[in-house]
Amino acid sequence: MNPQVPSDFDIFPVQASTVAPSVDMFYLFMVGISTFFTIAIPLAIIYFAVKYRRRPGNDKARRVETSTVLEITWTVIPFFIVMGMFFWGSRVYFLHGAEDPNALEILTTGKKWMWKFQHKNGRREINDLHIPVNTPIRLKMASEDVLHSMFVPAFRQKQDVMPGRYTYLNFEATRPGVYHLFCNQYCGTQHSNMIGKVVVMEPGDYQKWLGGFTGDPPEKVGEQLFSSLACNTCHAGDSGARGPVLNGIVGTKVALQGGNIITVDDNYLRESILQPEAKVVAGYQPIMPSFSGVVTQDQVNALIAYIKTLPAGQATGVASAPAPTAAGEAAATATNAETTGSEAVTPAPAVRQDVAPEPENNDAATTAGEAAGSETSAGAAQTTAGEQQGVQ
Amino acid sequence: MSAIDAPNPYQAQSRSSAVEAAATFPNYLNATGGWKSWLFTGDHKRIAILYIITTTIAFLFGGLAAALVRLELLTPQGDLMSGDGYNKAFSAHGIIMVFMFLVPVVPAVLGNFLVPLMIGAKDLAFPKINLMSWYLYMIGTFFGLYAIIAGGVDTGWTFYTPFSTTTNTNVISAAVGVFIIGFSSIFTGFNFIVTVHKMRAPGLTWFRLPLFIWSMYATSLIMILGTPVIGITVLMVAVERLLHLGVFDPAFGGDPLLFQHLFWFYSHPAVYIMILPGFGIISEVIPAFARRNIFGYSFIAMSSLAIAMVGFFVWGHHLFVSGQSAYAGMVFSALSFVIGVPTAIKVFNWTATLYKGSISFETPMLFALFFIGLFLIGGLTGLFLAAMGLDIHLHDTYFVVAHFHYVMVGGMMLAYLAGIHYWWPKISGRMYPEFLGKLSALIVFVGFHITFFPQFVMGYMGMPRQYHEYVAEFQVYHVLSTAGASVLGVGFLMPVVYLTYSWFYGPRVNSNPFKATGLEWQTSSPPPTTNFVEIPVVTVGPYEYADFEENELVHAR
Repeated sequence: MNPQVPSDFDIFPVQASTVAPSVDMFYLFMVGISTFFTIAIPLAIIYFAVKYRRRPGNDKARRVETSTVLEITWTVIPFFIVMGMFFWGSRVYFLHGAEDPNALEILTTGKKWMWKFQHKNGRREINDLHIPVNTPIRLKMASEDVLHSMFVPAFRQKQDVMPGRYTYLNFEATRPGVYHLFCNQYCGTQHSNMIGKVVVMEPGDYQKWLGGFTGDPPEKVGEQLFSSLACNTCHAGDSGARGPVLNGIVGTKVALQGGNIITVDDNYLRESILQPEAKVVAGYQPIMPSFSGVVTQDQVNALIAYIKTLPAGQATGVASAPAPTAAGEAAATATNAETTGSEAVTPAPAVRQDVAPEPENNDAATTAGEAAGSETSAGAAQTTAGEQQGVQ
Repeated sequence: MSAIDAPNPYQAQSRSSAVEAAATFPNYLNATGGWKSWLFTGDHKRIAILYIITTTIAFLFGGLAAALVRLELLTPQGDLMSGDGYNKAFSAHGIIMVFMFLVPVVPAVLGNFLVPLMIGAKDLAFPKINLMSWYLYMIGTFFGLYAIIAGGVDTGWTFYTPFSTTTNTNVISAAVGVFIIGFSSIFTGFNFIVTVHKMRAPGLTWFRLPLFIWSMYATSLIMILGTPVIGITVLMVAVERLLHLGVFDPAFGGDPLLFQHLFWFYSHPAVYIMILPGFGIISEVIPAFARRNIFGYSFIAMSSLAIAMVGFFVWGHHLFVSGQSAYAGMVFSALSFVIGVPTAIKVFNWTATLYKGSISFETPMLFALFFIGLFLIGGLTGLFLAAMGLDIHLHDTYFVVAHFHYVMVGGMMLAYLAGIHYWWPKISGRMYPEFLGKLSALIVFVGFHITFFPQFVMGYMGMPRQYHEYVAEFQVYHVLSTAGASVLGVGFLMPVVYLTYSWFYGPRVNSNPFKATGLEWQTSSPPPTTNFVEIPVVTVGPYEYADFEENELVHAR
């Protein structure tokens, strides 16, 4: 199938995402304003140029006073016009950036010179991206080498892809079809061949397309890596381990050495795998070796996917503690723990209680959709189940 | 002499007998001879001539690279060059045009020639530093051209990391070139600032300064404040390549976004280095050919300073899709819109200056009016890119390419050509051919639109920039663009040829062929080495054309 392209001499790309109409509307507004000035000012120039051309009867230099009123008028009016553009433009921006917790996450890796995608169930593809229509999609993107940029003109969406951390592209396609996908950040010899197709399908077709795949989903691969790389020897999940317990840690806030508090997210996990010494959790020694160069980007993705599935801690009593603890109090606990070495594991879950449930429950409830609604008390353990159901 | 009484008085005047006498008068060109008198000169006017020659050569090299790029893009397949060859061609085009031509050209050529003349000084404050800055420019350019010729550079002019720290092309020598040329800029800016502060003629108060001086002053501020940052940034890229220090490359623990912040902290103000001098030229040319005082003098002067200052706080609009935080993005977006206002003020004032004028349309004026037409589109499309919601779609597409060419080429190049033609009689002592001048202005204007307007459309359609090959549906725009580029090329080559001819064979002119009011017109053409036989005393503002026609010499009394 070839990408749906406009005819030979069209001036608008296809609109195929929820934000495309609002971007185009704003664009037309900008074109309108610009056209007005691009015509009005040259017309004024031409009018003056003809009317005041040098000719007998108009061949003397003149002195004309500057009008302050006029100066202020044409300072203030453009100011308000551009501020209007600023507000509208920013509004459109925040439509683009809107994250849907419900979104279908697809792992995306850019490298010279190809795009690699991996779907929830583990199915991979290169340069082509199959997605269901009318479903919020979230590309979780990283680069293996230099900067790249994911650009789908039909969606009016773009985001740079970086080697240092994850970036995300959120969108929802509204029209089944095949659209261009370009690398939009210069990346060397075959930059212009780092292109592909986005295939937008009916959800049923997408499930069918996914269905043929029998390999392991990323979290399964991650689980194997977690033991083959011996992560489990330190992050075993029992107190007294040399590394922090990872169960249910994603989305929580943890105290770092030096007193900062950080929310555990994809980027922090990734950094902790590749540069573990950068941000060490309070109460632990910086003894973890770097896995930079040991694991590939795909393996990092798999490890993170696995860590996200780890059920919230045994013996920490998540379910039993409703925990309306004030954040400040929890932080204080964490700070105290810095002095007491091995006890440091306790504050982390304590902090987790008041911060974590909200996003996680959200995730579980929304992803699982109509699946049993009473999962809230069970916490993160259900999240995993929910996510898996959502994919099937 | 009487007031203007012929439709085109200049040609007639240039043949008068008084003028012939002026030609034999000792001037900066015939004062001394031999190559040493040029290469070791301290005369700001001779240094300007050295710069004219070298920047023109740089422009021709950059133009050649552009021609290769446009030819390759005629067809969707990469059939003229390899991917690497194409990448080196557009990198050469960008590096040469930005660092070796656009940034230095107006300050170094017209600024050098005119700043002392316009303020009634004998030279710049530091003539030897001025000469040194030309040598630095030459050394830097040598490194840059060496990098390009001996294997090439494929990073684009932006040197984005970690690509630039990992590619195996000549990044280091190009970076060293940029670093050295940066010092040339800093010295020039520093020289101008001191000169404007300390060496103004008696009576020449700040608000009697020509607007060209105001714009050079604002430009100089950016040069000395911004250039050190790009210098140290490209140097860090070189160091990272050599020693693997982790500054920008995440593989060594660096941060690629840091590079983008540092790079654009200079490079966005640098586009104002490129365009502000152009604004200054237009503010001189329009009053001279409209025969009246400029409208809103102080508003134009202050808007230059406002642009120079606010220009330092808009760099983040290059990073809307780079992973910068949304709220930082909003601040940069708002400030980028704000900087549109002082720019708009200038355009409105130039237009209003035509009102009740007595306008004639010699070549400099034609270039100046075409400048407004092109710059207007360049400026307005900048607003599209300042809007975060729209920049996401437009970022790094041909829309951006079109936008900055409208500003840099449509704006800056046309202003430069307006200035070169306007002051050509003063620089060379000879008149350029009027008909050819007008013809080239028209060809440039038309060719420019054909080249770059289709790129706006193509950009919104989603054509990414820096693509060696592209999907077939964009071809129609590329064909238009390449066709326009060939027209544009002719338009740019014409002045190179006829001005060279005029330098040797053009009809000689008197001291003030355009009957303009500036101090630079109060001395002979070409001026003597010390600029003025007698230092003029200034009694009125710079654009008193009505007074001037009454009694010829308003300044020197």
